[in-house]
Amino acid sequence: MNHETIMQVENLKVHFDVSSEGDMPWTKRKKLQAVNGVSFELKSGETLGIVGESGCGKSTLARAIISMVPVETGRVLWFGKDLLELQKIEMRKHRREIQMIFQDPLASLNPRMTIGEIIAEPLKTHYPKTSKADIKARVEDVMNKVGLLENLINRYPHEFSGGQCQRIGIARALILKPKLIICDEPVSALDVSIQAQVINLLMELQNEMGLTLIFIAHDLSIVKHISNKIMVLYLGNMVEMANSVDIYIDPLHPYTQALISAVPIPDPKIEKNKELILIKGDLPSPINPPSGCVFRTRCQKVQDICAKEKPAMNTLKDDHMVACHFSG
Amino acid sequence: MSFLEVNNLSVEFNTADGIVRAVNNVSFTLDKGKILAIVGESGSGKSQTVFAMMGLLDQNGYATGSVRFEGEEILNLSISELNLIRSEKIAMIFQDTMTSLNPYMKVSEQMAEVLIHHKGLSKTEAIKQSITMLDAVQIPEPRNLIRMYPHEFSGGMRQRVMIAMSLLCNPKLLIADEPTTALDVTVQAQIMHLLSDIQKEFGTSIILITHDLGVVAGNSDKTLVMYGGQVMEVAKTELIYAKPTHPYTQGLISAVPRLDDNAEKLKTIQGNPPDAMLDPVGCPFSPRCKFSKDICSTQTPELLGAGENDHFRACHVAFEELL
Repeated sequence: MNHETIMQVENLKVHFDVSSEGDMPWTKRKKLQAVNGVSFELKSGETLGIVGESGCGKSTLARAIISMVPVETGRVLWFGKDLLELQKIEMRKHRREIQMIFQDPLASLNPRMTIGEIIAEPLKTHYPKTSKADIKARVEDVMNKVGLLENLINRYPHEFSGGQCQRIGIARALILKPKLIICDEPVSALDVSIQAQVINLLMELQNEMGLTLIFIAHDLSIVKHISNKIMVLYLGNMVEMANSVDIYIDPLHPYTQALISAVPIPDPKIEKNKELILIKGDLPSPINPPSGCVFRTRCQKVQDICAKEKPAMNTLKDDHMVACHFSG
Repeated sequence: MSFLEVNNLSVEFNTADGIVRAVNNVSFTLDKGKILAIVGESGSGKSQTVFAMMGLLDQNGYATGSVRFEGEEILNLSISELNLIRSEKIAMIFQDTMTSLNPYMKVSEQMAEVLIHHKGLSKTEAIKQSITMLDAVQIPEPRNLIRMYPHEFSGGMRQRVMIAMSLLCNPKLLIADEPTTALDVTVQAQIMHLLSDIQKEFGTSIILITHDLGVVAGNSDKTLVMYGGQVMEVAKTELIYAKPTHPYTQGLISAVPRLDDNAEKLKTIQGNPPDAMLDPVGCPFSPRCKFSKDICSTQTPELLGAGENDHFRACHVAFEELL
């Protein structure tokens, strides 16, 4: 595996305009800061996990990378080219190389198309001149790869279980032979036993085809299992990034510490004796985020400086990055 | 006499496509002041088991068997008899708080309604008691927040309101159906902490239904594992994890990725969950079981003692062969 950098995201910001009750047409719209200054680098063949609770901006970040939502500022460099600056036609060329898998397996498949048509669609869109026989061969090939039997090719999505639907989604993403797959909560809707099957499949495919993955989930244990590097998001801000072992053994940000302690471990001996760090209160509104450090309203270590200054992302040993005034 | 004793409970639904057997001969007991966890994947019948106990089955569903609560039979009672038990003896909280609370009513009115109906209190007195209960579940400024509508609360706060509401009549048994599934992990930790405080403070017995083995590990005395509408294994929670004796339990526990573990590859259970439409012949897990024998597909295994105290398993294959 070569470790060439394939993607660099620099200071990416996504802001949405929101209207509130009583707004007049001329009222200036409030900004919802969904993603606020995220930067990272992705090397070929590695998996970046993105964790955070609902509303932290992890899905918006994924969508911003492939220009599915308008980006305020920032750059997304794909092999050195800024994807956000590209014209539509050129963007389309790169879209082949970046594919996405979604959370709700059934809802992301068109109910009126057979699964053969669904899997073939990206191929027909991007390579319209492919012959029918070729398309069929390619579809059957990816179906085999994801563990779907070839004779299911003319069935409709509703005839499949959740786990199988997710396999169809993976097959659709694979048919263009992409370099990067963005998985947005791919296993959250699945049962435990099926979840393990899909995770193993993704990891096998990654090894076999040299894929790079961005893996988004709220479940830290799954993200840790599949990722090399983990980014923790809170209210649109990066709070910590490190390799997956370090972040578990030595979490530096108070939010990461609380998040890790809150993840239940399926072992009563550990679970009943562990020291739980409970975070007080609720997530603040992203329309009106706290000044300074966004986590300060719920942080145990909060001091005066946290309200005044926003902590910068500091790089410590072994590329362990953290944004906190009192870490490192 | 057990506090709660469920015997051979079965639930069936008449549908246009035929009879769906959601629950098959489920039996268990619960002691006073203890927490029983029912674990299983979607479609395993865990929710329908408690819905049947509470008389909440859909109209096309019917339950057979027996559910004895403090010695009294409560299965298939009439609505008026059930209303005396619901809330006053057994209360329930649900997974989806947004659809379980009435969006048109202020929290104060929804909560007061319970007390006015069950205890015959005046409205002012009922609201006063509701405020005390909101305070007990750690809702800040309950006096102001009680005047809000459900949508004005966050998911975690709404679950607290639901818990407060279920505790108003001081029930002896609280049934929590996936109470934290829709919540984030940090909020989940808050809510589970609250439930265990309630159990200690009020001595309430709890049935906790969940698919999350991690939540079960930290918060229950006894665990019941269900698959395809049947009980696979019951034991003290510590035993279930330390020494699972059923192939399904073993598979389930090893399929969960653990934060404190660096395994390269997850163990999986092959195949897909069973179809409840098909008549259950034999063990529902046998098509996916790697220890499956001929007898497994023809004869349903009985729930039998597995050595240690209160440890029961339903499997034809001897425990020694599973190792």
